[in-house]
Amino acid sequence: MTIVSAGTDEGGQELLSRSELTAKELLREVGSVLRLSETEAAALASVADEAPEDQTMIINMGPQHPSTHGVLRLMLELQGETVLRCKPIIGYLHTGMEKTGEALSYMQGGTNVTRMDYLSPLNNELVFSMAVEKLLGIDGDIPERATWMRMLLSELNRMSSHLLFLATNGMDIGAVSMMLYGWREREDVLRFFQKVTGLRMNHNFIRPGGLAADLPAGWRDDVLEILENLPSRLEEYDILMSGQPIWRERLQGVGVITAQEAIALGVTGPILRSTGVPWDLRRDMPYLHYDQLEFDVVVGEYGDAYDRYSIRFNEIRESMRIVYQILDRMPSGDYRIQDKKVTPPPRARIDESMEALIHHFKIFTEGFKVPEGEVYVSIESPRGEIGCYIVSDGSSHPYRMHVRAPSFVNIQAMPHMMRGGLVADAVAVISSVDPVLGEVDR
Amino acid sequence: MGLVQNVLDDGLGGIEHNFVTARIEDLVKWARSRSSWGASFGLACCAIEMMGTGASHYDLSRFGMEVFRASPRQADIMIVAGRVSQKMAPVLRQVYDQMMEPKWVISMGVCASSGGMFNNYAIVQGVDQIVPVDVYAPGCPPTPETLIHAIETLHELIEDGEIMRRRASNNGGAGIQLTESAIAAAPVTLGTK
Amino acid sequence: MSDVVETVDNAVETQHGCPVLDSLGQRVLLATRENYISVVKALVDEGYTMCIDLTGVDYLNLPNRTVGHGVAPERFEVVANFLSLTLRQRIRVRVQIPENDATLPSLFDLHPGTEAHERETYDMFGISFDGHPDMTRILMPEDWDGHPLRKDYDQGSIPVQFKGSHS
Repeated sequence: MTIVSAGTDEGGQELLSRSELTAKELLREVGSVLRLSETEAAALASVADEAPEDQTMIINMGPQHPSTHGVLRLMLELQGETVLRCKPIIGYLHTGMEKTGEALSYMQGGTNVTRMDYLSPLNNELVFSMAVEKLLGIDGDIPERATWMRMLLSELNRMSSHLLFLATNGMDIGAVSMMLYGWREREDVLRFFQKVTGLRMNHNFIRPGGLAADLPAGWRDDVLEILENLPSRLEEYDILMSGQPIWRERLQGVGVITAQEAIALGVTGPILRSTGVPWDLRRDMPYLHYDQLEFDVVVGEYGDAYDRYSIRFNEIRESMRIVYQILDRMPSGDYRIQDKKVTPPPRARIDESMEALIHHFKIFTEGFKVPEGEVYVSIESPRGEIGCYIVSDGSSHPYRMHVRAPSFVNIQAMPHMMRGGLVADAVAVISSVDPVLGEVDR
Repeated sequence: MGLVQNVLDDGLGGIEHNFVTARIEDLVKWARSRSSWGASFGLACCAIEMMGTGASHYDLSRFGMEVFRASPRQADIMIVAGRVSQKMAPVLRQVYDQMMEPKWVISMGVCASSGGMFNNYAIVQGVDQIVPVDVYAPGCPPTPETLIHAIETLHELIEDGEIMRRRASNNGGAGIQLTESAIAAAPVTLGTK
Repeated sequence: MSDVVETVDNAVETQHGCPVLDSLGQRVLLATRENYISVVKALVDEGYTMCIDLTGVDYLNLPNRTVGHGVAPERFEVVANFLSLTLRQRIRVRVQIPENDATLPSLFDLHPGTEAHERETYDMFGISFDGHPDMTRILMPEDWDGHPLRKDYDQGSIPVQFKGSHS
């Protein structure tokens, strides 16, 4: 078998010793965003002087490490307990999804994108579907019920994703009981997803033109049950964590990033909001019917790990508020567009009509043709702005399908957040960025 | 006096409590199967389900499996949970080599078992090309119930000695020899489609 | 924004000297390699302070496509998305890059957040960025051959075999 070379060395991708670096590279790895004031530059230079190379150590963290959220690999240069430099090395989960996306038709594309950010699969499907709909020119014709259902699923997915963040954040900091609690609440949401979509994860439920199926009978009671159980439990977790001195000590003032730095690095989502920038695509560049809803954008102040935790915690509450409003306003009607081009005929018609059978067969084998063009659509996923850039050449397969993954960009902020901190805080920083490696490497 | 003296004095009648006899081999197999610790080798979506299986609702500790070890030295079962990329494959093999014998591998999910829907340049088409797999769990991702079934299946195989017999026939260990290949290790060929 | 939009005689709208394209309601600037940096700089001054995304496209299979406004098509294209938090608007910059000299100036000094995107574009398409501090592969192993997202790179799929099945 000569499938792999047995070496795990990645050469130039790794963190090299300082003597092998150019000044610019060094600045990058100490987390500078290259817009330094002179005092900052002087401070940096003095650190480099203070730590001669024989007194520092480059250690490797990951890719197989319990608190790097999968297969993230970090190389850290330490002086004692202090992190001097950090470089994330990614690609250990590179799946070639953008290449596979070119081989799958628009009809099949959802199965591909849903596996990128596996903690919020429905948001991935949503952004892909919206991009395809925009290319097809049917983005204005999506039935009301489909739009509201998409919002319902998207918000529930945000809740489950943030609950998982609470669980992993707790586990990484050492609050192991929170891990079990977070998972318990997430299971409640997943059971609802299983009832609606048939799967716990990777649903492929939101498709170009609408959704795969209507909501099952009794869905309202299930959602209400989730919403009624959650507040008292969130209250409990608030006491368990937010009010706890150890928790505050571990997170407050750790991994600080300012608004300017976050914007320069292109960071979005809870990390950008933690710096005090009130930016949420749901409110600022509304899609679906978010402009008709009432909700608050949770904003932090200090840009530290505690703010990021707190923002995600309160976003669960905001999502619950949104879901209540969606429940009140859910209209009846079609769950997918009645456009023969993109919608397969209903199952019952296939039994009686030959044309319907052929149509059904063709739409699933050949797919539907999409007019030439290129489009970029973005929405707010639990981790930040997820965007989909599709180039169509007029065939039934995308010519190029690119996903702008929020975690991929957010990871770049890590060297910046870690610099000068303790190595024990590195885990808190990774956890507070909440990366999903499937999305980073795609 | 001690148990030994009692037995020497009165034979079996000298033992105060009930006892069972068994072959030591069976006891070892039983103990191995009921206290196998997993190496947390989470890769992708399946890792989330694997962690979900360990959490309170599915409660993997019922099977003596709740201790997921981060260090391969302390682990017995490697659950390869997710797609294995070309970049990850050497790491995976290294972690496997670091585990102590006896060791077992569960390939969780279709991506690990066969590459799944990602039939492309980046993904190793089946982790059994790198490490010997004992049980394959199907699904994308497998539900916690499927994983529990896979673990139970493996426990049965450990208990009846099947895997160890198979290992013995090919001189133990992985039985898959990797040759160090020169630099360009790409399995795909360049060329115009 | 209207103060920087000038209209030339043949009614092609331009912004910062680049023809403007309307792609399904989204604003696209067609920059050249020469004015790429200055255009992005002008966009930053205008308020597009965030570089959201940067990626490449390989148009090998569509050599005779029309880019628009008489811009000559080349094999590669780099697409950068910018966002203005104050204007709440997006703008896209597309640059044509010839096959025989696949380089582009790096945006790293203007937008440090493009570091990973540019490395990814290099890894996947082989377009290298001048002035980037660390032009190495990011997703593929260091010793990998070729650039996977190029259209002449095979998808690398292995035919499904049913070993040991009874035919």
